[in-house]
Amino acid sequence: METLLNDFSPGLFVVTTILLVALIALMVKFAWKPILNSLEERESGIENALAAAENARKEMQNLQADNEKLIKEARAERDAMMKEARVIRDKMIAEAKEDAKEVTAGLIEKAQASIQHEKQAALAEIKKNVAELSIGIAESVLKKELSSKKDQLELVEELLKDVTLN
Amino acid sequence: MYNLIGAGLIVIGAGIGLGQIGGKAMEGIARQPEATGKIQTAMIIIAALLEGLAFGALFLGK
Amino acid sequence: MKIAQKTIKFFISIAIALFTLVNFAAVSEKNHDDQNDGGRVNSKEEVEAYILHHIKDSHDFSLFSYTNDAGERKHIGFPLPIILWTSEGLITFMSSEFHHNDDGHVIVEKNGLKFVKIHSKIYELDKAVSEVTFNETHHATNAHKVLDFSITKSVVGVLLIGFLLLFWFSRLARQYKTQKIPTGFARVLEPLVIYVRDEIARPNIGEKHYRRFTGYLLTVFFFIWVLNLSGLTPLGFNVTGQLAVTACLAIFTLIIYSVSGTKSYWMHMIWMPGVPKLIRPVLAIIELAGALLIKPFSLLVRLFANISAGHIVVMSLIAIMFTLKQSLGVVGATGLSLVLSFFITLIEVLVAFLQAYIFTMLSALFIGMAVEDHAEHH
Repeated sequence: METLLNDFSPGLFVVTTILLVALIALMVKFAWKPILNSLEERESGIENALAAAENARKEMQNLQADNEKLIKEARAERDAMMKEARVIRDKMIAEAKEDAKEVTAGLIEKAQASIQHEKQAALAEIKKNVAELSIGIAESVLKKELSSKKDQLELVEELLKDVTLN
Repeated sequence: MYNLIGAGLIVIGAGIGLGQIGGKAMEGIARQPEATGKIQTAMIIIAALLEGLAFGALFLGK
Repeated sequence: MKIAQKTIKFFISIAIALFTLVNFAAVSEKNHDDQNDGGRVNSKEEVEAYILHHIKDSHDFSLFSYTNDAGERKHIGFPLPIILWTSEGLITFMSSEFHHNDDGHVIVEKNGLKFVKIHSKIYELDKAVSEVTFNETHHATNAHKVLDFSITKSVVGVLLIGFLLLFWFSRLARQYKTQKIPTGFARVLEPLVIYVRDEIARPNIGEKHYRRFTGYLLTVFFFIWVLNLSGLTPLGFNVTGQLAVTACLAIFTLIIYSVSGTKSYWMHMIWMPGVPKLIRPVLAIIELAGALLIKPFSLLVRLFANISAGHIVVMSLIAIMFTLKQSLGVVGATGLSLVLSFFITLIEVLVAFLQAYIFTMLSALFIGMAVEDHAEHH
């Protein structure tokens, strides 16, 4: 302890105190204040930038989610529309088929009716023709004097030949 | 002469103390490696306090 | 790169300035037969005396000394001004007037007062005495110490390191004006500043108050660290190994945590709540002694003792070269001393940082205890 006290130099203590006070004051004014301020500024800047980036990322995510939702909705709408269209198409086809069936049935009926009619008309004409023919034959037979039996037979045969040819 | 004996006693005591601090700190670190930083800081502070005590005693005897 | 070059230039110019001064100052001194500093060091006692001389403050800046062929003692270094406050007022002269004598045999006479230098301390001789007399414990009997405000080697160290710190950090501060990220040497300093702020000041003082004290803690940290490191250079500063310097630092911390202590801090110290009234005065004495004496004392003694011990150990190991020359031979002793002192110097580099860290850390801790809000207790 004695050596320690003997080594202690009050003059050096005073000089060091003065120098240290000056050094601390100068360092605080010219070094630490500007350094710490700029460091803090930079740190808060970095923090803000990070926060902004985070926000942007979130917004981006939101946007993407929105987009996806929109796309999904659009797809659903499209699907619904397609379904509807299909239904309508099917209905239209069915209706058309029905109509066509009806129309054809009508046509066929008409055709059958007209055929029947034509047939009837043709038959009637044939009947008329046959009657006229038979009348003609009978006329010619009657006109030719039925002199001989042999002539009569020949005539009938000739006429019949004509008939079959007819 | 007595000074030297006293200094020896101080060093023995301080050595035991430092050994305890260091050993326990090591155990703590081994048990919880994630707390290494905190344990080291506390260890250095306590070791420094012990050191101050030991040096104070040494210089009182000088 | 540019800054690094500039810094190198700065150092080179300082070195050149030193050397011209050195050459200028290297006038040959008369060989005083009774000088004991810096003479040939061979025996154990001489080594001890040399080391004890080195760890003390010195009134001249001597780098090394040698004896030339003519038997003259040459000192390479330069003298420093001595400023004394005596009974006759302020007296100044250069330390070269003592001719490197350190045991009181060279008497300098100024203003009718006689001064001698004994073991790096300046004594004023009593009136009408022409020579110092010593008692058996080698204390001067007819001389007394004077207040010595000299620019000693330690003061030169403080000034030099102070200017260096100011230069480095104001440069770093100026760099922020033009760019966000510093370049060159300042880029090394920036993480150190951030380290002190984030690892020492912030956790120990607390988020709320740390801003006020960061300036002081940073200054103290770099001051101690750089001075510790400069003590390991051949310049041979032992500034942080001077009791006066460490006491000054410790008292600064004491003043800061005492002045900024909150009301509840002082209340807890003087009149501890929640304790029987009879015990309170006893506790107050213990607490006050702890805060006002033991804390600063442990701070100042720790730094002083660590750095002095480091210097003593390094120099003792270097001295192995001489002391073990007989038993190991020149090569063996030199090799052993080189290897040991190399490794101890490495450890000292670590200690230099550690002591700066611990001093700053404990200062921050004490300040933190004083400014802490006690609202959560009691």
